[in-house]
Amino acid sequence: MRPKTTNRRIRLIAGAVCAGLAAVTALSACGGGDAGGGGKIKLSLGLFGNFGYTDLIKEYQAAHPDIEITERTASYSDHHKNLAAHLATGGGAADIEAIDTGYVAQFKATPDKFVDLTTVGGDKLKDRWLGWKWSASLAKGGQQIGYGTDVGGLAICYRRDLLQNAGLPADREAVSALWPTWQAFFDTGKRFQAKAPTGVKWMDGGPTVLNAIFGQAPTGYYDQSDKLVVDSNPALRAGWDQVVDAVKANLSAGLLYSTPTWNTGFTQGQFATVTCPAWMMTKIKDQAPDTSGKWDVATVPGGGGNWGGSYLTIPKQGKHTKEAAELAAWLTAPEQQAKVFTSQGLLPSTPSLYDDPKITGYTNPFFNNAPVGKLFTDAAKKLNPQYQGPKAGDVQTEFGNAMQRVEQGKQDGAAAWQQLVGDVAKLQS
Amino acid sequence: MALTFADRRHKWDVKLSPFGFVSPYFLIFGVFGLFPLLYTAFVSLQKRNLLDAEGARFIGFGNYEQLLFHDPYFWNAMGNTVSLWLLTTIPQILFALGIAHLLNRRLRGRTLFRMGMILPNITSVAAVTIIFAQLFGRDFGLVNWVLSWFGGGHVDWQAGTASSHTAIAAMVVWRWTGYHALIFLASMQAIPSTMYEAATLDGARGWQQFWRITVPLLRPQIIFSTVIATTGNMRLLAEPLLFNPGTAAATGGSDRQFQTAALYLYEQGFTKYDFGYSSAIALILAVATMLVAGLSYLVTRRIQTD
Repeated sequence: MRPKTTNRRIRLIAGAVCAGLAAVTALSACGGGDAGGGGKIKLSLGLFGNFGYTDLIKEYQAAHPDIEITERTASYSDHHKNLAAHLATGGGAADIEAIDTGYVAQFKATPDKFVDLTTVGGDKLKDRWLGWKWSASLAKGGQQIGYGTDVGGLAICYRRDLLQNAGLPADREAVSALWPTWQAFFDTGKRFQAKAPTGVKWMDGGPTVLNAIFGQAPTGYYDQSDKLVVDSNPALRAGWDQVVDAVKANLSAGLLYSTPTWNTGFTQGQFATVTCPAWMMTKIKDQAPDTSGKWDVATVPGGGGNWGGSYLTIPKQGKHTKEAAELAAWLTAPEQQAKVFTSQGLLPSTPSLYDDPKITGYTNPFFNNAPVGKLFTDAAKKLNPQYQGPKAGDVQTEFGNAMQRVEQGKQDGAAAWQQLVGDVAKLQS
Repeated sequence: MALTFADRRHKWDVKLSPFGFVSPYFLIFGVFGLFPLLYTAFVSLQKRNLLDAEGARFIGFGNYEQLLFHDPYFWNAMGNTVSLWLLTTIPQILFALGIAHLLNRRLRGRTLFRMGMILPNITSVAAVTIIFAQLFGRDFGLVNWVLSWFGGGHVDWQAGTASSHTAIAAMVVWRWTGYHALIFLASMQAIPSTMYEAATLDGARGWQQFWRITVPLLRPQIIFSTVIATTGNMRLLAEPLLFNPGTAAATGGSDRQFQTAALYLYEQGFTKYDFGYSSAIALILAVATMLVAGLSYLVTRRIQTD
């Protein structure tokens, strides 16, 4: 899951103020505790973006009349910052807290803050998940801090109408055939750009494409020993140079993902393609409902790859960790993941569903009835898991900033890279 | 004559009760003011991860040394803070003086206008910032749209240093001008009209009266407003944070072009989890605030009362 930049800025400020207060005064008066009023057990869910749990929660409450569940949603980075602050101060965290792939390594470094799920029946559920999904949230000491929700997978979402107007094919088979490699993807972009109306670009922004390319590399920002290898990993530099060239060729709308201007870009049709992990489809649909039928989904250049995907964790500070763990196990069970997939398009992390005709046969009407079930399960099967180091989320942010400096014309590719390497090195300590 | 118990009790009462009555303030100050301050000072001497208090280790003034001598991003943030302080405080006070002067005249619907002054200030800062960030949008912002009538309008407000500072200053000035204007207005009304009458007889006109009588007599209020605005702007956080939302919000732009010191503190503490380092920033920022507030006090004190 990735952020749906919600309009809950007020909550952000409240959260920041609370976090600040709590951190400084070592008090924990902020956030949602539960006083267990009315005899019901109250469970809170701390989420970001759109997990598609609203209906599932109703279902669970109907089956468990003694449990009352509330959701609270913040934007991606605020959510993870708040969680860190709540864990630091020992209070204020929700009973169940979602953590994204980019941050899970950082949180599993302090496993004593979370309930070890293997001690509450998680060890018996282990086989539900893709092996790498299970191990990505497994702490060094063998404690399991989270149950996997979705995985990202990768595809390219594209605007049929814009491609057609530029004289390119719009049919998804033909479109997929246009870009077996990223180079072909950018070359197609140049053809598109030559005929595109003013204000319309080939891609939303460099950072999103970078994330997709990096997600396909066998090694990402870290090696297996948690050492940052940004400046010594040739795959990253090659991908960087490729995207810088595309930006120079004027293919990018220069929008940074999960900002309001990027969201506006969807509604205004500022770009023709966007790298599309499964959760991105939900994002597009939420953001630009008027574009229904105009979008379609093609395969990603270079096959496989992953961007995003989340975990549900149970902070130890919660009052009802046992009930919370049961709820988390239920929410991430294959049956529920299947429902989330068909309602929100989030790709399950439970491989038993990948051959389920209910899933593989699923087509998404918003995306011109694209066979996303087949497309994403195929992508998931091909997916080469990449090891995520402790501060992968922060490194990704630095890459976003560096690419923005290029897009804003403040630096050339080499200078931005050099500054990036310095910024990333500071994350190591 | 020996004191009875009642007498003695009365004596204690007179002596001790006042302390009892003022004690809530000191208790609250102790808990919410003094203790956090001392605790921050203590943490600032440690290498400490936000999530791992047990693993903290004492490093003396290491954080300060790093900050003051080896951290260009800190000085970048301080520079931005000072730039925004200048860009916000001076226009704020000048606009407030002008608006107060206008409202001090006889005009229709005066109370309505006066009440309107405070509206920006009671609006949620988050809401204000989100709306301003939209106004200053690159592709579909209202400001660029208006500029396009005059042949401009392709400003990427967030990308540049000057442009981003201008946009943020606009938010702060919009929000606080009315507040200061009301303070000035209240004191303007306390200036006896005889002073203006005498000035008129001496042949002084509107602007002369304003600069020679009104402004000097408002000196205490201007000092107050300047110091308040200064301390407020030194800890500017919400505006720059929300001007660039998304995953990179804490860095204040792709090249930290509008990262303030408070935002840098937030980044170090809550993104990098370097609790000791961010505490050191907090203390340096507190000292810097006192210095800058003192400076602005000295400058405003020089307003002539001739």
